[in-house]
Amino acid sequence: MSHKHAGSLHAPDAEMAVSNARDVYTRRNEGVSIWVVESKYIHSTQESDVESMFDPNEDKIYRHPTFYDIPEEVGHM
Amino acid sequence: MEHKQALYNYLLRLGDNAAILGHRLSEWCGHGPELEEDIAIINTALDLLGHARSIYTYAGQVDGNGKTEDDVAYLRLEREYRNALICELPNGHYGDTIARQILFDQFNLLVYEQLVHSKDETVAAIAAKAVKEIRYHLRRSTEWTLRLGDGTTESHDRIQQSFNDVWMFTGDLFVQDESDRSVIAAGVGPDLDIIFPIWKEKVKAVLDEATLTMPTDGWMQSGSKQGRHTEHFGYILSELQYMQRAYPGCEW
Repeated sequence: MSHKHAGSLHAPDAEMAVSNARDVYTRRNEGVSIWVVESKYIHSTQESDVESMFDPNEDKIYRHPTFYDIPEEVGHM
Repeated sequence: MEHKQALYNYLLRLGDNAAILGHRLSEWCGHGPELEEDIAIINTALDLLGHARSIYTYAGQVDGNGKTEDDVAYLRLEREYRNALICELPNGHYGDTIARQILFDQFNLLVYEQLVHSKDETVAAIAAKAVKEIRYHLRRSTEWTLRLGDGTTESHDRIQQSFNDVWMFTGDLFVQDESDRSVIAAGVGPDLDIIFPIWKEKVKAVLDEATLTMPTDGWMQSGSKQGRHTEHFGYILSELQYMQRAYPGCEW
């Protein structure tokens, strides 16, 4: 099942984190499953890396699959 | 006693428990110990308010005099409210709120689990929806009891005191009268004498795990089923009913 980042929160431990996530982020029927990850286990890109990591993709639109003819029988990709 | 009157009394008790405790919890809005808990406790308050609305609507139909949920909620006098005394106690500090909450949640869950099988179809339908929410309320109040009880020395001592203080209001939850007996005989509601030992056992299990001592049963407060309230109740009503009393029939 695909999970999407909903937000961050404080909690004393993992169980309360799941519970808090339910109360803070699913009150309006946003989901049926919750993953919580302690922020110390998240490794992320740095602001200073953005240019070298993402800018080079800006002018390589040929990487989008819309440029290829996909046979009918393949269906939705 | 006529069954209709007994059922009406019974519904008022169920509805008033939810409405008054829900109102109490709503007082935490914007004052919770942390943002997450502020939202969580208000979710519980709103759930309880939802239960009260459904039950009041049905109570109005059972009464048969065209009363709406608002009439039932807002236009009674103090002695006509039948919520358990524990529901109207002030919030105190967060440990006080949690102690009050778990004792009520456990009671409420055991009652609603039986109401799901009520011979009264409307009661059964309301309970089927509510019981899922109540199960979550209990889960949350249990988690906090464990963390505060088995937390620091200070949190342990403070919530132990909370349980000691609230204990004399637990007896009132299980008092039964003529209306209860009529409702039990009709298969509409559960016998609280059967629920009491189960409640006690479950509460004890959580307190044990939380390294807390279950208070001993001493003198118990009672009177809610006859509408005798604690000194706190009038203040709740004056706030709760202010708009309808000052501007009868007002809408927004």
